[in-house]
Amino acid sequence: MNPSRLVSVLVENKPGVLNRVASMIRRRGFNIDSLSVGPTEDASVSRMTIAVHVGRQQAEQATKQLSKLIDVITIEDITELRKVSHELLLIRMHAPADQRSEILDVVAVFLGRIVDIASNSMTIEITGTTEKVDNFIELMRPYRIKEVARSGAVALVRGDQAGISLADLASNGEGSAGAAVGPARAGITADTTGDI
Amino acid sequence: MIEAKPLTAAASAPPQESRDGSAARRLTGAQICLESLIREGVDTIFGYPGGANLFIYRWLPSYPQLRHILVRHEQGAAHAADGYARSKRGTVGVCFATSGPGALNLVTGLGTAFMDSVPVVAITGQVPVSAIGTDSFQESDVIGSTMSVVKHSYLLTRAEDIAPTIKEAFHVARSGRPGPVVIDFPKDLQAAVTEFNYPEEPVQMRSFPATPEPDPDKLRQIAEIIKDAKRPVILSGRGVLISRAEEELLELAHRAHIPVGWTLLGTGAFPLQDPLALQMVGFMGAGYTNKAVCDADVVIMIGMRCDDRVTTRLDSFAPRVEHLIHIDIDPAEIGKSVVPHLSVVADARTALRQLIPMVGPKREHEWLTQIDQWKEEHPVHYVKRDGFLQPQEVLEEMYSRCHDEAIVVADVGQNQIWAALWFNYSKPGLFLNSGGLGTMGYAFPASMGAKFANPEKTVFCVVGEGGFMMNMQEMATMVENQVDVKVLILNNASLGMVRQFQDDFYDGVRSAVDLTYTPDFVKLGDAFGMKAMTTNRREDVGPMLDEALAHRGPVLLNFDIDPDANVYPIVPLGKGMLDFVEAS
Repeated sequence: MNPSRLVSVLVENKPGVLNRVASMIRRRGFNIDSLSVGPTEDASVSRMTIAVHVGRQQAEQATKQLSKLIDVITIEDITELRKVSHELLLIRMHAPADQRSEILDVVAVFLGRIVDIASNSMTIEITGTTEKVDNFIELMRPYRIKEVARSGAVALVRGDQAGISLADLASNGEGSAGAAVGPARAGITADTTGDI
Repeated sequence: MIEAKPLTAAASAPPQESRDGSAARRLTGAQICLESLIREGVDTIFGYPGGANLFIYRWLPSYPQLRHILVRHEQGAAHAADGYARSKRGTVGVCFATSGPGALNLVTGLGTAFMDSVPVVAITGQVPVSAIGTDSFQESDVIGSTMSVVKHSYLLTRAEDIAPTIKEAFHVARSGRPGPVVIDFPKDLQAAVTEFNYPEEPVQMRSFPATPEPDPDKLRQIAEIIKDAKRPVILSGRGVLISRAEEELLELAHRAHIPVGWTLLGTGAFPLQDPLALQMVGFMGAGYTNKAVCDADVVIMIGMRCDDRVTTRLDSFAPRVEHLIHIDIDPAEIGKSVVPHLSVVADARTALRQLIPMVGPKREHEWLTQIDQWKEEHPVHYVKRDGFLQPQEVLEEMYSRCHDEAIVVADVGQNQIWAALWFNYSKPGLFLNSGGLGTMGYAFPASMGAKFANPEKTVFCVVGEGGFMMNMQEMATMVENQVDVKVLILNNASLGMVRQFQDDFYDGVRSAVDLTYTPDFVKLGDAFGMKAMTTNRREDVGPMLDEALAHRGPVLLNFDIDPDANVYPIVPLGKGMLDFVEAS
């Protein structure tokens, strides 16, 4: 079982924001398993998906500390929500002619594809959950892995569970952005009131 | 530093200003910065010029409504700005420094303000935008270097951002849980000419929502808990002072007869003379406060972080509590160290105002009697010793001359705890110290800031000889501006708190704590032009203080105190709240 918590963060798309987020996580003594960041449909907002290596209680502290950063618009621990969480794997395999068909069989099962091929190697692309990517890598080990690049998870919550949809922010306009953020922040607050 | 030609031209040729003020004026970035500060109500700036902020200094004399105090080290500027803001609640302290070393010298002061939630805006010069990242002369990564000790920071990259950024920076510094903000201001932008329009509309930031209103359901639950409480205690922190909730705190306490203790930073939020007053809690808190907290069935913590100096060993904190209640403006403080049963994220004053009418009058006679008994059994006291001046004797003389009016700024170490435990005012907000970061050298420059902010008030600075020497260069600033601060050096010729720890907790091995080689403070005062006196006899203390108070201007008072005087009560390291050791 993967102990990391998955946190989805909407941030101002400004220079230095990644630094602030990473620095806060380090300073509070947490470790990042993976972090992916990219712009959203609104160019002024980026979404970060962070897998933090912490327990539930610590994740609460981490999200609360992150939500205090001025450039963080909203943040949600989505570990326990229904979600789609995928990462991209690029893996370059030692693949002489006599091994290729075996490798291709596995790739087919994982619905991957070959994105580069050379006389002695080939590069495979796989997308899916972290677990799926881990499994694929394990299956590739006997064939000699030359290089691996993983994107880290990007995730979206399924359906309408998310308290932090950017569409809400946009449709309500700047003035009520606080209100749209409200549920997510209130959610964090409610989680962390320590009500036993 | 030699300036590039175009910049020099901009600095020396003032852009035209329209006299009527109606049309937007074209000003240099430096002027826009200074005009913006005036719009934010700034009247005093503590700073130090250098190559990267000279355009600001070029224009500073054009704004006589901005008083600039030239400190002698940038750390002094940051602490002075902190002292200004802390002592005049509602204001934001402002400091200037140049790039590189100047900005880096601010870091300790910013960290001090950050830990204690003090609104400070630091404006640092930076190398020109085009030179950033090239390791040019006096360049440092100010945003990166200060990131973990500020609430927020800005690197200006466009002249048109200067005014809105300054407005936003002040908003961020003073709103919610206050804190320091850095604006890194490249010198080419200081010279760049652009239209000045100070934003009229209030700052709105989607990523910085307003402080939440207290949840009325939770307040009702708290009222119910108070109703059923048999042994309630309130602990109050600096948040009560920041939100100016002292009156509400007093009203709540009196209504339900709940004893009130406080943290080091909460000192002065509740009057010590009040029958319901406990004292400071925790590591060096009063024994009776610790006893009350450890026996309480309900503990209400208001505006405090509940750090390790409050809890001592975590599992020893409030072991009998059935309802631990935490009210704080910062959701990240809830459950950070102790996990409360019930919490309210709100401004302390707002929460208390709404809570008070829900609370019914009550009085638990048995509990109050018990607390009075503990007060008698464990008074905060000290032991006199023949031939040696005790620090508390000095402080008692000082406090007897304060009349609930003087501002007392304490440094860090034994002097800080003595000053806090002997503080006895009924008025709030007059005791300042670096309680969170524990910055030696804080008090002297901070007391200077406090005096500038409160010229009508007497200001005392209580400091050890070690802490004084960490920022004693500010004597020049004090004398130059005749800042009327009375400095009391409690001189035990050693780093007293460290010495006490070594004696009691580190096998009695005294290591690197001897400060015998300390200057003759009377001669030092003389060298700086500062009136100075010294004594080691208790009969001199009162007359010396009277003489100091009669003198207009800064005075340095050196008291050679008992070198073995210790802070009591104290909880030995690793021990629990009830293991406090008392003076004997």
